[in-house]
Amino acid sequence: MYVAVKGGERAIENAHAWLAEERRGDTSIAELSLEQIREQLSLAVNRVMAEGSLFDPDLAALAIKQARGDLIEAIFLIRAYRTTLPRFGATQPIETGDMACDRRISATFKDAPGGQVLGPTFDYTHRLLDFKLAADGEVPEAEMGTPRTEATPHITEFLKDEDIIQTEAASDETPGDLTREPLEFPATRPLRLQSLTRGDEGFILGMAYSTQRGYARNHAFVGELRIGKCPVEMEIPELGFAIEIGEIEVTECETVNQFKGSKTEPPQFTRGYGLVFGQSERKSIAMALVDRALRWKELGEDNLGAAAQDEEFVLSHSDNIQATGFLEHIKLPHYVDFQSELELVRKLRREAAELAETLAAREAAE
Amino acid sequence: MNDYNFAYLDEQTKRMIRRAILKGLAVPGYQVPFASREMPMPYGWGTGGVQVSAATLTPEDTLKVIDQGADDTTNAVSIRKFFERTAGVATTEETEQASVIQTRHRIPEADLTEDQILVYQVPIPEPLRFLEPRETETRKMHSLEEYGLMHVKLYEDISQHGAIATSYAYPVMVQDRYVMDPSPIPKFDNPKMEMAAIQLFGAGREQRIYAVPPYTKVVSLDFEDYPFEASKADHPCDLCGAEDSYLDEVILDDAGNRMFVCSDTDYCRSRRAAGHVGRLGTEDAA
Repeated sequence: MYVAVKGGERAIENAHAWLAEERRGDTSIAELSLEQIREQLSLAVNRVMAEGSLFDPDLAALAIKQARGDLIEAIFLIRAYRTTLPRFGATQPIETGDMACDRRISATFKDAPGGQVLGPTFDYTHRLLDFKLAADGEVPEAEMGTPRTEATPHITEFLKDEDIIQTEAASDETPGDLTREPLEFPATRPLRLQSLTRGDEGFILGMAYSTQRGYARNHAFVGELRIGKCPVEMEIPELGFAIEIGEIEVTECETVNQFKGSKTEPPQFTRGYGLVFGQSERKSIAMALVDRALRWKELGEDNLGAAAQDEEFVLSHSDNIQATGFLEHIKLPHYVDFQSELELVRKLRREAAELAETLAAREAAE
Repeated sequence: MNDYNFAYLDEQTKRMIRRAILKGLAVPGYQVPFASREMPMPYGWGTGGVQVSAATLTPEDTLKVIDQGADDTTNAVSIRKFFERTAGVATTEETEQASVIQTRHRIPEADLTEDQILVYQVPIPEPLRFLEPRETETRKMHSLEEYGLMHVKLYEDISQHGAIATSYAYPVMVQDRYVMDPSPIPKFDNPKMEMAAIQLFGAGREQRIYAVPPYTKVVSLDFEDYPFEASKADHPCDLCGAEDSYLDEVILDDAGNRMFVCSDTDYCRSRRAAGHVGRLGTEDAA
């Protein structure tokens, strides 16, 4: 006799218990601390902060631990937490020109005020597994330079003086908030940038790469890439002026792109812009390329029908929390709908068979 | 989880959702954009329905959650637990006892009443989405009441298959104005949508809410010579003998023997409690 499947509740509880055990792994091996994750897996922490849209390295480390290292799951934990937080207000825009740069490079000029600073980069490491790390992680202290005291100007500012790069229109308008208003199309550039900076790194990378390979190609020079800490200021209503409330690490990328000019614009360089929490270099370069590709309409360029030019396509599919949720929901039971499909296909097959029979009989009779 | 507000969402968010719900009720079948929040369950798993339920529930409510018609499917259990924990509301498996019913893929068999609210989880709210992927285009089509594309699709089905080959998420026309996706319910459920209860639809990932007020005209799209037909497996329920309920097909053994049982588990249970017995049921099965 068939007994309806019961016990979903117990199954769920057992699954959670098993998950917790798997998360801990072999208990004879020391447990990871949040400090270890924060300090030693900092690029993972950065990615979780960037795509989780919450600058909090400790919470990101907790999310990574809880998610067993599944970064999209960790981003999800951060997003779900973030949305419950009360909002006290908005900070002043950060001034990336005032950044204390750990890294600052330009591909367009051999040298410029502020210099080329490689910083802690993988760029010129030879990708050979370092078995010393498996034995012990002791590292000799790196040599210290003297930090610059003066501000490091943006490279594109030098081009702007010559009026050879497009001037971005200044605006005092409060930009929309992707997390508080439903995204509607066409979207403004601030909304596009918000969406790109929290978008999935892999997706944005793939989109950017597609523009490099000819799908709406617009060759990008990395005008400047800088990573470092920026002070965050907020105006306190009781005080009536802005005070510094902390600092955040960000990666900023400005690309310089060719532009042949259009009916309305003379030939000049244009820009793509990327700004991402933490040291997130790949993401910020990719973001700048996609930003530039999405600006075709505003610059009077042709729509080449490329995916990276298609705002609705890019923005609707860049969020990995939305994407993974919807993708994985097909694991849920669908047997009611499947049953209706079964009935339909059976009926259509029955009718097709009957029709074939009738035709065969008619043919035999003739 | 006492750190969270009643029913998880903060009051501001609930107010924003209630506004969208009221707008939806005022313009039946129209998809109202709303600033969907990230919920602690994945998109695609009922976040829209959960947000609508959260904005609808009061402490006095009794909640029922079903998935595929059943109260004990894992995701229904999970959502019910979520509200037990965050709202502390009473829950029930009995359709008549519930004041708010959140559902995925089914409408309960028992007629709902004026003091009940049915909340649907919606994956893709746009009925025209698979004909036109662009939101900018489909919104235009709705505002111009330009539904030719949908009729062409249904016509092509008939010319190709001799029947309309849509068996679930079968599009409806609401109050002679908006073509609406009824969510992926089997088309068997479509006629029930003209009901006494309020019907609310929440699509979290797609950031849309829409609604059908009580006693609103809901017509499944069809043609005069190919009228809409609500279909189900041509069997009675093997447990309770019901001939009027939507059935699940269950494979019993390696020989491929099957049985058919009510998808609405509460409907089946109450019929068996009332003494109805199906082909494979027993007197004391209830």
